[in-house]
Amino acid sequence: MTTATIAAAPKPISHFRYVVSENPVTAFAFALFGLFVLLAIFGPAIAPYDPLYTDNAVAMHPPMKGHWFGTDSVGRDILSRVIVATRLDFGIALAAVALSFAIGCALGCCAGYFGGWTDRIVSRISDTIMAFPLFVLAMGIVAALGNTVGNIVLATAIINLPFYIRVARAEVNVRRNAGFVEAARLSGNTDTRILLRHLFPNILPPTMVQVSLNMGWAILNAAGLSFIGLGVRPPQAEWGIMVAEGAQYIVSGEWWVALFPGAVLMLAVFCFNLLGDGLRDLIDPRRRT
Amino acid sequence: MNQIIDIAAHPLSIGERVALLKVRDLTLEFQTRSGVVHALEDVSFELYKGETLGLVGESGSGKSVLSYAILRILDAAGRITAGSIEFGGMDLLRARESDMQELRGRELAMIFQNPRVALNPIRAVGKQIEDVLKHHAPLRDQDLKSRAIALLQQVRIADPERRYHAYPFEMSGGQCQRVMIAIALACSPALLIADEPTTGLDVTTQAAIMDLVQDLGRARQMATLLITHDLGLAAQYCDRIVVMHAGHVVESAPKREILRMPRHPYTAKLIGSIPHGAGTLRELTAIPGNLPDLRRGNLPPCRYRDRCERSLDLCDTRPLARLDDGNHMVACWNPQ
Amino acid sequence: MLATIAKRLFAAIPSLVGVVVVTFVLTRALPGDPAAYFAGPSATVEAVEQVREKLGLNASLPKQFARYVVDLVHGDWGESHSTGQPVLTELVQRLPASLELTLCGLLIAAVIAVPLGILAATRPGSWVDHACRLLTTAGVSLPTFFTGLLLSYIFYFLLGWAPAPLGRLDPYLSAPASVTGFYLIDSLIAGDWEVFVASARQLVLPAVTMGLFVMAPLARMTRAAMLGVLSSDFIRTARASGLAKRTILYKYAFRNALLPVVTTMGMVFSFMLGSNVLVEKVFAWPGIGSYAIEALTSSDYAPVQGFVLTMAVLYVLLNLAVDLTYTLIDPRVSLDG
Repeated sequence: MTTATIAAAPKPISHFRYVVSENPVTAFAFALFGLFVLLAIFGPAIAPYDPLYTDNAVAMHPPMKGHWFGTDSVGRDILSRVIVATRLDFGIALAAVALSFAIGCALGCCAGYFGGWTDRIVSRISDTIMAFPLFVLAMGIVAALGNTVGNIVLATAIINLPFYIRVARAEVNVRRNAGFVEAARLSGNTDTRILLRHLFPNILPPTMVQVSLNMGWAILNAAGLSFIGLGVRPPQAEWGIMVAEGAQYIVSGEWWVALFPGAVLMLAVFCFNLLGDGLRDLIDPRRRT
Repeated sequence: MNQIIDIAAHPLSIGERVALLKVRDLTLEFQTRSGVVHALEDVSFELYKGETLGLVGESGSGKSVLSYAILRILDAAGRITAGSIEFGGMDLLRARESDMQELRGRELAMIFQNPRVALNPIRAVGKQIEDVLKHHAPLRDQDLKSRAIALLQQVRIADPERRYHAYPFEMSGGQCQRVMIAIALACSPALLIADEPTTGLDVTTQAAIMDLVQDLGRARQMATLLITHDLGLAAQYCDRIVVMHAGHVVESAPKREILRMPRHPYTAKLIGSIPHGAGTLRELTAIPGNLPDLRRGNLPPCRYRDRCERSLDLCDTRPLARLDDGNHMVACWNPQ
Repeated sequence: MLATIAKRLFAAIPSLVGVVVVTFVLTRALPGDPAAYFAGPSATVEAVEQVREKLGLNASLPKQFARYVVDLVHGDWGESHSTGQPVLTELVQRLPASLELTLCGLLIAAVIAVPLGILAATRPGSWVDHACRLLTTAGVSLPTFFTGLLLSYIFYFLLGWAPAPLGRLDPYLSAPASVTGFYLIDSLIAGDWEVFVASARQLVLPAVTMGLFVMAPLARMTRAAMLGVLSSDFIRTARASGLAKRTILYKYAFRNALLPVVTTMGMVFSFMLGSNVLVEKVFAWPGIGSYAIEALTSSDYAPVQGFVLTMAVLYVLLNLAVDLTYTLIDPRVSLDG
């Protein structure tokens, strides 16, 4: 019995190309993802204006040449702010998901492998988190720990833990007594080694799909928290807070202040959801819905 | 529609043979992602009122697909490209869907393998019987219930009043199969198709179920089409046997003849592979090769040709043989 | 039956305990001075000390926890220092507004998503199927607060069909006599048709916003469940028995497909209770969500804690209801409890 990893599939590149060609939507998602990554990395360099530069002379201007997304109430260029916000939002989401993934998988693997009290405690932690509506718990955590971006990351990481714990635990549990694990044990491997080298690669495929979907959700979460005033403070540029700033103006007709950041936010989440679906098709076509 | 009822109600006198089901040159294919599967080709046979016909063949020979075609409950990807199916004089392939719905359950019924999953898991078995009764016969509620319980009793389920309320997961495989038989026979159909009804059941239960089907069938002069891969089972319960291979009918004859004098090489091998009495394993014959891939565009006229030891050159060139003396049909140019 | 309900109730207790423990930890046991949090940013040193005494924050943690639980049970959930009112009173007063909004949102979502899912499953490849697929992928990407704003802009500002997003009722009308707290029901009880219509009009956009987000998972799950069930063996038996298409679709297929759909409801409620907060902010809805947001902006912690606790308890109860519903629909479950 061989450990199956993504790389173990025959000719991964050609398989990738096959799925992508079969599925133009996934190809589109990958392209969009690439664009966002570029924006995140090079954002500040390519933004036409300084995102913090205010100019009351052009305040509240609808889209026009030079300010393609219009300006907000203090004359800042919305396009620049939207571009620069990519880095912050992606950064928050990435940090949160990475943290969640690392801790969640570790906990889940231990729970699945050792069973007994470890399993009970980890499951209890996971269940307790899931006993809350997740966004509300995030609110509570940020309110308790303090209103900073770091705490947004922490809160988002915590509420996403149960997904990874569950997946890791299930996958490890199934393979715990499998032949190859027995063999590894008999040849003197320590538990840690078995977990890291043999079992962990097996949980990668399903968790990778989860990661992609989680990224979308983490961005939504961060934006939502910022929208109600938690985390990011003005004048920082972040999609959620920009929508909040625009909220008061949209019902009186100044639509561009909220629309552009909101639309880009939606596009980013959409991109990650499509990616997640595409990854799922790549890795486990049986689970396609 | 009336014609079928006439045939069904017409009591048979000794020696009388009335053809109930006539399948002629039925050809059927499936559109799949990996190509067109030529599931059936020129399948013909007849089923007479009151008789039990065994349809025997390996998995993949097309037996089940044939039964779905008769009932017209084929998967959407299936298409009948040629041939006809006549039931009691009625052309089933041209009938309207509403007429088919009338027929199904009332004159034409079917029981399936894996009875546990073939019943609605969250509906009491009594209710499931009533659903069929309600659809085909206008009865009052209490009449429905007493009919259902009576049917449960007929299929030899103990304590039918209590079992009426039971769910499939609370019953054994054998009991679930009895319930399916009750559902199928609720309206006394003229024809029962039994698709591998005993697969998955233990041997004692198998015998009990088959005896039940036989008894009930005889009492109603019902015709039975028994689909099975188990030639031994067919030998025990059928009057005539039709052997299928890869979508073709290869031989058809009364039971005794086919067992004593199988003419098609495939049938002979099938019979030889049944373990019997004092024989050893080494005496059993195995059938070499596998079923041909039915997606191939270049299938030979005889689909057994590649596995056959008796094949001749003309097996490649001439269309599939059909040697029929009225009683015994064999589709082979070099029968034994 | 009663035994099953009791068993399920019992199983919900650990969740409730967990919830209480977490809210305790979040407010009392974290780094920083809890007394300062509760006293507020403008409190003097003496005021902070007073609060410390009052809340017993000098005692050991276990003692504090016991005190906390006792206080909760006695209805002492603290005081909001911006309004001066007891937290529990304000929460109870505002809860019906949030519930009315959430339930209407759920109703709208179910009424659209479930039939859409069924149709998509029975007509694969048709435009309904494609519409369903579009909804399920795009729907989960929509940020609730953005959808709300967009809907307001289109239907209020551009088209003038919807009233201004200013809360539950036009300021010129007065609320109906409170029986349930639900304006829709109370106005009908009072026979006040004008208020009924006015409250319904105010409800439409926020409820649709809430429903939009959960339409996606509901439609997706219904479609998937129906597809799965329609290809199962017992449906084939039903067809072979000649049962009418409608009977097969609803009595046989849909009831079985309901099972996985009901299990999705837990997740659906989690989303809804969370997005409740966002929708209340966008539409100035006077529910517990906006209560919490106002408290957050004035660094008022007792209301936030009360809010989190309320939402969590609500969620546990909703999950319990889902669990019991499942037991009712699926006879296979009740046996092993």
